[in-house]
Amino acid sequence: MSDQVTAAAYAGPVLAADGTLLKDRLNKTMRRRKLIAAGLVLPLGAFVFITFMFPIILMLYRSVDNPVVHDNMPQTVAALEYWDGQGIPGEEAFAAMVADLVQARKSKEIGRVATRLNFEMSGVRSVLTGTARKAKNMKAPFKDALIAANDLWGERELWVTIKRMAKPFTASQYLAAVDMRFDIDNNMVMQDEDRQIYVTIFGRTLWISLLVSVMCLLLGYPVAYLLATLPLKYSNLLMIMVLLPFWTSLLVRTTSWIVLLQTNGVINDLMVWTGIISEEGRIQMIYNQMGTVIAMTHILLPFMVLPLYSVMKTIPPSYMRAALSLGANPVTSFVRVYAPQTVPGIGAGSLLVFILSIGYYITPALVGGRTGQMISNFIAFHMQKSLNWGLAAALGGILLVGVLFLYWAYSKIVGVDNMKLG
Amino acid sequence: MANPDDPLVRFIEVQKSYDGEILVVKNLNLDIARGEFLTMLGPSGSGKTTCLMMLAGFEPATHGEITLDGTSINNLAPHKRGIGMVFQNYALFPHMTVAENLAFPLEVRKMGKSDIEAKVKRALDMVQLGDFGHRRPAQLSGGQQQRVAVARALVFDPELVLMDEPLGALDKQLREQMQYEIKHIHESLGVTVVYVTHDQSEALTMSNRVAVFNDGVIQQLAPPDELYEKPNNAFVAQFIGENNKLMGKVTAMNGKNCTVEVDGGGPVQAFNVKAGAVGEAASLSLRPERVEINPPDGKYPNVFNGKVEELIYLGDHIRSRVNVCGHDDFIVKVPNATGHPQLSKGSDVRVGWTVEDCRALDVYEGP
Repeated sequence: MSDQVTAAAYAGPVLAADGTLLKDRLNKTMRRRKLIAAGLVLPLGAFVFITFMFPIILMLYRSVDNPVVHDNMPQTVAALEYWDGQGIPGEEAFAAMVADLVQARKSKEIGRVATRLNFEMSGVRSVLTGTARKAKNMKAPFKDALIAANDLWGERELWVTIKRMAKPFTASQYLAAVDMRFDIDNNMVMQDEDRQIYVTIFGRTLWISLLVSVMCLLLGYPVAYLLATLPLKYSNLLMIMVLLPFWTSLLVRTTSWIVLLQTNGVINDLMVWTGIISEEGRIQMIYNQMGTVIAMTHILLPFMVLPLYSVMKTIPPSYMRAALSLGANPVTSFVRVYAPQTVPGIGAGSLLVFILSIGYYITPALVGGRTGQMISNFIAFHMQKSLNWGLAAALGGILLVGVLFLYWAYSKIVGVDNMKLG
Repeated sequence: MANPDDPLVRFIEVQKSYDGEILVVKNLNLDIARGEFLTMLGPSGSGKTTCLMMLAGFEPATHGEITLDGTSINNLAPHKRGIGMVFQNYALFPHMTVAENLAFPLEVRKMGKSDIEAKVKRALDMVQLGDFGHRRPAQLSGGQQQRVAVARALVFDPELVLMDEPLGALDKQLREQMQYEIKHIHESLGVTVVYVTHDQSEALTMSNRVAVFNDGVIQQLAPPDELYEKPNNAFVAQFIGENNKLMGKVTAMNGKNCTVEVDGGGPVQAFNVKAGAVGEAASLSLRPERVEINPPDGKYPNVFNGKVEELIYLGDHIRSRVNVCGHDDFIVKVPNATGHPQLSKGSDVRVGWTVEDCRALDVYEGP
């Protein structure tokens, strides 16, 4: 038997004792293990796909999906297909439009079509719904009939907009999300000055997130250091105090900040009472950006402390001692020996806090006022109030890409392997 | 500048307590001479590392004074003491290369760039790691890291270097090799070394003097040979090397010698070191290689009958466990020399030893 194996080694592919290929044999024995491993991750994998990946894919699809006009005005779409976009289209397009309006009114889809077009060109909704009511009784020539119903039907812009919206997919939501639009010649241009909003909000979101991350780092670093260096009986107590906010409802914590920070709140009262500020000089600390930053820093602090702590705990005290014994003063020792070793914790904590803040919703909604609103609040607005889900999806998509980009940049600069979360 | 004959380091009545209840170091007085290699040896918890930490400045002395070069360093911050230190886990900075590690103490001393380069190179050559300057500590083997740690502690030319069990993490062979290397570096540089270990062979190999610690007290401070051959008390006799312990009661005193009636045996003539008065309990310490099997009649005053219980062949010698005077853990090392007595298990033998090799000591019951 062993002769056979040795001989096989010279002859080419290695054979197992029973003469089958050793590779096949190995695969066979490993297959069971692989199946078990796959079985173990399957439930979670399916859960994550259904509740996480799938909705995200759906949302991203929705941000470019544009079915309303395409599906509900098929004749107009067909008629406009070969229109060059100059002047106004011919009679057949107007006829198709009247037919589609009649049909859409009958199927009660006219509202959706009007709303969708209204997102692109404000004021169109009433034109469409109004015309649709009269469309049934319209006679040829339809061009004159429509223009008679509303002057806007004679405008080139309306027809260009309809032709643009006729495509089943569109980038217009993404353009809107970065304060841009298509002009009458289908060029991408900036939105009018007074209608620009999202770029500012994105900028503010990044700024607030950065500020919160820096504040968390400044406040969390000393705490994490204490946690890692104190004797166990004290550090346990401290750890509980760090984790305590985790066990308290987010809503309770946020509202208690309102109690503390409002103009007639505890802190202002205290400062007036001690004479630091005058009665008229009460500081507005909430319902603005300051309120958002303070409350979010408080809420996200543990996400900074824990990664820092887990890194610091692995740094033996002998490093600092070695630096001291080599003649470096305590500050130099800390800066040159201790701090560089905490970089993985700083990176992990900052990234975590930053990514969490970038999508933060509830706190800015409660204490942000007007100037403390972040992009998530606008996403929520478009989901719930304006019902412009496409725009909400586009805003969310940009946010997602931004976070992925940050993660990519982090892994390039610091290295993901260097990140330590716990 | 102090007189070169004065000790470099003095511990004067130093006490240390961490909790205010238990003294970890009890009234320590110790002078360390310039250029000396002094080892603090003892079991864990004996206070030796605490002494080292007080000398390095990481732990304050609760009472007493520590002087370095004639001046008190009780209130001197660690980084101003100028003492090199090698740590148990090496404590090489992982984010710096080997060369940067070595340059660190020179940079914080604001030395010139070219001076630093020259000194780093010299230090690396000293530990035979000339080509490893650009590597990270993690890319080195344990022995190489150890060498870098030694080089780093020496690169800024300190007068005094402390080593806290530096070889503990190495395997046996490497440890022995490093012992010689450290010893040679010490000899060639003339630096004063205070070395802490719980490994007695390490202490005996490297030191000029060894301070045996137990229970916060130096039990004996002596050169290695004296420590082994002339232990002052039962703890040292048992802690250093292999030792036969015979318990008994002092029955007579005659000058430097005494007679001890061994429990279950007979009267043994012994050299009185620390035995109590007549009638008090004492322990006898006898090195296994100082016992002769079947000696010629009249050669030794102490001759007893015994029975071989066990034989272990160890190449250069044969370890024989013999039942003597009612003690069945009596070890005799029979050298594997030409014409050595042939023993067999269960055979009856006679064992004998001199008065000087049998030291009457106090009774140490162990912790």
